[in-house]
Amino acid sequence: MNGPVLNLGYVPLVDAAPLVIAHELGFAAEEGIGLNLLRQPSWSAVRDLLAMGQLDAAHMLSPLPIAMSLGLGSITAQVDAMMTLSANGNVIGVARGVADCMRSHGWQGRFDTPIETGQALIASVAAPRIGVPFPHSMHVELLQYWLDALGLANATMVTVPPPQMADAVAAGDLDAFCVGEPWGSVAVESGVGELVLPGSAIWAFAPEKVLGARRDWIESNPVAVQALVRAIWRAGEWLGQAGNRSLASEVLARSEFLDLPEQVLDRALLGELPTRQRALATRVPHFLRFHDNGATFPWRSQAAWIGARMAARNGLDVQQTIQIARAAFRTDLYRDSLTDLVRDLPADSDKIEGAMAHEAPAPSLRGQMILGPDAFFDGQVFDMGQV
Amino acid sequence: MPAELKICVVEPDPDRARLIIDGLRDAGWADVTVIAEIGALARRLTDLDPDLVLIDLANPSRDMLENLSAASGAASRPVAMFVDHTNPELTRAAMRAGLSAYVVDGLSQDRIHPVLQTAIARFQVVSQIRAELDAAKQALAERKTIDRAKGVLMQAKGIGEDEAYALMRRTAMDQGRKVIDIAKALVTASELLQ
Repeated sequence: MNGPVLNLGYVPLVDAAPLVIAHELGFAAEEGIGLNLLRQPSWSAVRDLLAMGQLDAAHMLSPLPIAMSLGLGSITAQVDAMMTLSANGNVIGVARGVADCMRSHGWQGRFDTPIETGQALIASVAAPRIGVPFPHSMHVELLQYWLDALGLANATMVTVPPPQMADAVAAGDLDAFCVGEPWGSVAVESGVGELVLPGSAIWAFAPEKVLGARRDWIESNPVAVQALVRAIWRAGEWLGQAGNRSLASEVLARSEFLDLPEQVLDRALLGELPTRQRALATRVPHFLRFHDNGATFPWRSQAAWIGARMAARNGLDVQQTIQIARAAFRTDLYRDSLTDLVRDLPADSDKIEGAMAHEAPAPSLRGQMILGPDAFFDGQVFDMGQV
Repeated sequence: MPAELKICVVEPDPDRARLIIDGLRDAGWADVTVIAEIGALARRLTDLDPDLVLIDLANPSRDMLENLSAASGAASRPVAMFVDHTNPELTRAAMRAGLSAYVVDGLSQDRIHPVLQTAIARFQVVSQIRAELDAAKQALAERKTIDRAKGVLMQAKGIGEDEAYALMRRTAMDQGRKVIDIAKALVTASELLQ
């Protein structure tokens, strides 16, 4: 290793794994860069330090670079997603009392019935207060999409830092929450809440975290950008092998990273989650994806979907917002950095979002690409050509 | 007239809050309120409607403030994180001191700068005291865990204290981990096996 050392910010969540593994398993060193991993207390801190240049790149909520580029929220900066770090991985949970009420409305307690679960929630709480980690997050997008489609317009989204989510439920401040692991499982373990849905039940292939950097930093550091994307892509490939997940959990559990018991981290990494205290684990296919089926490709159509939702919520011009959003997802960098490393690349940088109920072959450069499933729970599709 | 500014300091620790308020009051800003209770943060801020909010950059509850700038209600005033593009050094100095400031839209830089300069000086002192305290607390907690782990090894293997510590340190080095992580694993395992 004789290249630059990059300052990389992350929030202690299971899906920070690609950054941690790229460093700990030596992928970064093999690509000729050093990683200085800097744990951050909040998404605001990640955003501000990135905008001000104290961080070179960071683990970010997928809507955050778009929000920053649009000037939503409290700081504006042109930030791009160089690649996607992970797809899915969130859970939706409710306070125990709400779960009991949902059961009295006929909810069966299943983890894969978004329509029935949503209807039972709506029948149980007229105007739910729902905890989310940040206003610009896939958590908010999934919840809004789910509740809008089921006809609930008066939910209040309350920002609560993930480590405080269980306490906020216990204090009676929240009826429900949507949070990244391990914090849903922590609420289960403490007995204050039950999990009712994985995020993937709402959108089967939602881009969750991205690798963000300032556009001007990207432009002035082309070599480091390539090395970084390659190192993290290789970490994702390693994480994509089921047999490596237990070891990943052991590394993440260490005090310098998440500092939490391995047993709790295992749940998300193995996709086996007890939904209530002392219950047997429910197996969730594709609970958290790091690699396969194009999980790290920063689809411009996904950026457009996020942009379209943001434009509608904030009263912005739809076409202009989508244009800014798409430009922030850097499929060009991804292709340039990985062309000799990946087995295949998608032929197009947009796809029809939500069209695949099952995985299927997709047009690609070498004809070997499998994508999906990426369906929305209500069967709708988002087609760039139709917006 | 600096006294016209309504300033709010979010700081759960009373001693630190006192240091910051005293600094601001000595410099002529009288209307300073402290919010210590994080749970009530959003509601208190709405009630107080301050011109300027000062909060520790590392405060894990900072994301709650994002709702202020995201809120679009008629009653709310747009709030932005303070960034001075004409004077990036000041913004960086604030960050280095661990200070983040949220400012109501339309407030002139001339009025904000003196407050920030005073606050930066105070946050520097506060950050330093806190870093020292945190380091001391962590060292204490780690020593307790390591002592317990040593006890577990001494009992299980019938070895002395120095040998137990040497064994943990060797294991840590072999596995590329910290001694405290080996100690934690030992303590957890021994609790499970009891």
